Amino acid sequence: MTTETVTPRLQRLRVPSMSVMGPVLALVILVVIGALLNPNFLGAGNINNVLSRSAFIGIIAVGMTFVITAGGLDLSVGSMAAFIAGLMILVMNAALPSLGVGIPIILLGMMVALVAGVLAGLLNGFFITTLGIEAFIVTLGTMGIYRSLVTWIANGGTLSLDFGLRTYYRPVYFDGILGVSWPIIVFALVVIAGQILMSRARFGRHCAAIGSNEHVAHYSNVNVNRTRMATYAMLGLLVGIATIMYVPRLGSASASTGVLWELEAIAAVIIGGTVLKGGFGRVWGTVIGVLILSLIDNILNLTDLVSPYLNGAIQGVIIVLAVILQREAKAKG
Amino acid sequence: MTDTPVLSLHSVFKSFGPIEVLHGVDIDLRRGEVMALIGENGAGKSTTMKILAGYQPATAGQITLHGKPVTFDSLHEGEDVGIVLIHQEFNLAEQLTVEQNIFLGREITRGLLLDKAEMRRRARAYLDRVKCSVDPDTPVSKLSNSDKQMVEIAKALSRDARVLIMDEPTAVLTTSEVRILFEQVRALTAAGTAILFTSHKLGEVAEIADRVTVMRDGAVVHTGPAADLTEDAMATAMVGRDVSDLYPAKPGIAADATAALKVQGLQVEGYAKDIGFTVRNGEILGVAGLIGAGRTETMEGLCGLRSARADRIDIGGAEVIIRTPADALAHGLCYMTEDRKLRGLLLDKGMRVNLTLQALARFGRVLIDRKAEDAALAQAIREFDIRAGSKDVLVGNLSGGNQQKLLLAKVMQSEPRILIVDEPTRGIDIGTKQQIYIFLRTLADAGHAIIVVSSEMQEIIGLSDRVLVMRQGRIAATLDGPDITEDAIVRHAMGVGGNSSERAA
Repeated sequence: MTTETVTPRLQRLRVPSMSVMGPVLALVILVVIGALLNPNFLGAGNINNVLSRSAFIGIIAVGMTFVITAGGLDLSVGSMAAFIAGLMILVMNAALPSLGVGIPIILLGMMVALVAGVLAGLLNGFFITTLGIEAFIVTLGTMGIYRSLVTWIANGGTLSLDFGLRTYYRPVYFDGILGVSWPIIVFALVVIAGQILMSRARFGRHCAAIGSNEHVAHYSNVNVNRTRMATYAMLGLLVGIATIMYVPRLGSASASTGVLWELEAIAAVIIGGTVLKGGFGRVWGTVIGVLILSLIDNILNLTDLVSPYLNGAIQGVIIVLAVILQREAKAKG
Repeated sequence: MTDTPVLSLHSVFKSFGPIEVLHGVDIDLRRGEVMALIGENGAGKSTTMKILAGYQPATAGQITLHGKPVTFDSLHEGEDVGIVLIHQEFNLAEQLTVEQNIFLGREITRGLLLDKAEMRRRARAYLDRVKCSVDPDTPVSKLSNSDKQMVEIAKALSRDARVLIMDEPTAVLTTSEVRILFEQVRALTAAGTAILFTSHKLGEVAEIADRVTVMRDGAVVHTGPAADLTEDAMATAMVGRDVSDLYPAKPGIAADATAALKVQGLQVEGYAKDIGFTVRNGEILGVAGLIGAGRTETMEGLCGLRSARADRIDIGGAEVIIRTPADALAHGLCYMTEDRKLRGLLLDKGMRVNLTLQALARFGRVLIDRKAEDAALAQAIREFDIRAGSKDVLVGNLSGGNQQKLLLAKVMQSEPRILIVDEPTRGIDIGTKQQIYIFLRTLADAGHAIIVVSSEMQEIIGLSDRVLVMRQGRIAATLDGPDITEDAIVRHAMGVGGNSSERAA
């Protein structure tokens, strides 16, 4: 899909509004502050580290952008990631005696993650679209269910991938091409595909139309339920992909895996300029949102100016600021 | 009638940013008098009303109340001196009950607690005065549009309105409800209330108004007694040109015209039953009936927009099965909704996105071809004479007439062979109406089949080659040629069919 020709951007010259420039400016300011405070900040090692850690939330946040744009919400993604990680480890450990350490067992694990992700997304979508239950309620419910399931299959402790397997699987997180690690590469591909899908494809347009006014979408021959369902399934798939990248990092899953990922993903989407009540979404904005959130964390860890324990507070301020900026832009427009 | 006007504007100017929309408006409302404010969409009526009611400040000029200059700093100040504005889009809290709405913001209390018994009693009394039989405990969301209108008026009564300003109060009312409204208006004026209302229905203006103020392009072009103006003169003053030929000529349908759409035994649960009709290529079929007769639901059911069953539907001579809007479109059948704001257009998006939404597949298989979209928009703006300041304007900021033209352009993007338009000219000005009528007739002349659902009698009569009259979910009559008269339509619609020998479809 990414190889299709993209029509050149139209010639219109417009002063970008604050809702467009705000997140970009914030990111630039953060980078400058980081560079001034710590000389290692712009080193390849640190950049690689920040981006790799951002990739999990980032991949999920791209999917979340579509869900929110179409007027939905998914609170279950963090628990879902933990559950999929647990499931993956369980299946791979179980298959170890028959398959042995090698590529087939890794592929099996990946398949499990992707299929489980899509199924979990479809389940959310089914309750929300076909049964017409509020997205907040449905995903609050599934959030609890997945969290509890992963605790149960880990028996209250930690599920660990077999040591041999872990060593074999590690490179998926730690290696890459030309020094760029795999999570970053996958994140970048997901972003590019997501950006094109959102701004250039029918699917993205339909999502925005549904989020803007679902009755209008229905009357305009847009299959509202199917499109909504697709956003949740796509988000589930991306959660699966994120989990595939996440498992080799620690090689384990527990009740505390992926805690608060859903809120970080939603926060990134909102900071990036996507409207929480739907109707307008920006994938590249989400990427900026993800980077802002992880840079704050990174800068606080690299310097001792402010306690890293205040990370959450600073992120909170940024989220609220982002929404205020959105409102200003709307009032003017 | 006293000589000092209750409320008046003296050379009031209003600008939004750099754009001046009112250029020195003078208007005065007198005790016990009904003033009609008429003009095309975008003439400045709404802004004038909002300034009168204190919803918006004037940029320059003076507002006087009983001869004394006033400025309203907040909404409440307008209401406190007895000026009540009833919006076209109702200003009711949908989840609250009728009674809670009537007393919203001025609840009657006994000590710290609400005096529910007293409020119920008074709510009932106000509702009785407007002959509205709804239970005060009903949530407003369950009411029909006409009942909502009556609740709004009851609410105004509870506010002791000395000046009542109504923005198109009759747009959503049936003929009999309009009668009740007018009785109320007369009762209110007799009690000394000054009333200002707008309407696009000039017949009503002639009937109820004592004086008429005509606005055009942000200025008052005429003020005078209603009796001095014929409807034709009103229309001419509004548009600034002669519009006596509002409806294009009907060329007549060839005897051998083939059936474009044949419907048999269509049933929409709860709304319509046993619907059967045929529309031929090149024909405009009008569908008349009272509000609630099931016209919209029938057409939506036919187009797969809501669940429906049919014994048989033929398009172009072949049987088809329509379950979804996509099925309908695939067979060249397209429905244009009556509600352009809630069902037709994405108000927070631009014109391009709206125009192509319904036929997006035509603009690229997976990726959308922006250039093709822009070309389509440029063509639609030309063809439908859509007047927007810039191509990037949000559709919600367009005037009603331009929104309606954009909606029409939008449904035409899917190139329907059979087009169903529901209330195609609701709430738009006469000049735009004429353009839409001409467009529909041209489309029919080119061989398309067109169904026009409308509550405006003149429109049905002026436009249709044949008329279906619906009553209580069934087809009450089919009228042809010289039989299409206001009298016949009303009789069948109300079920008092004089010559009941009419075949029932």
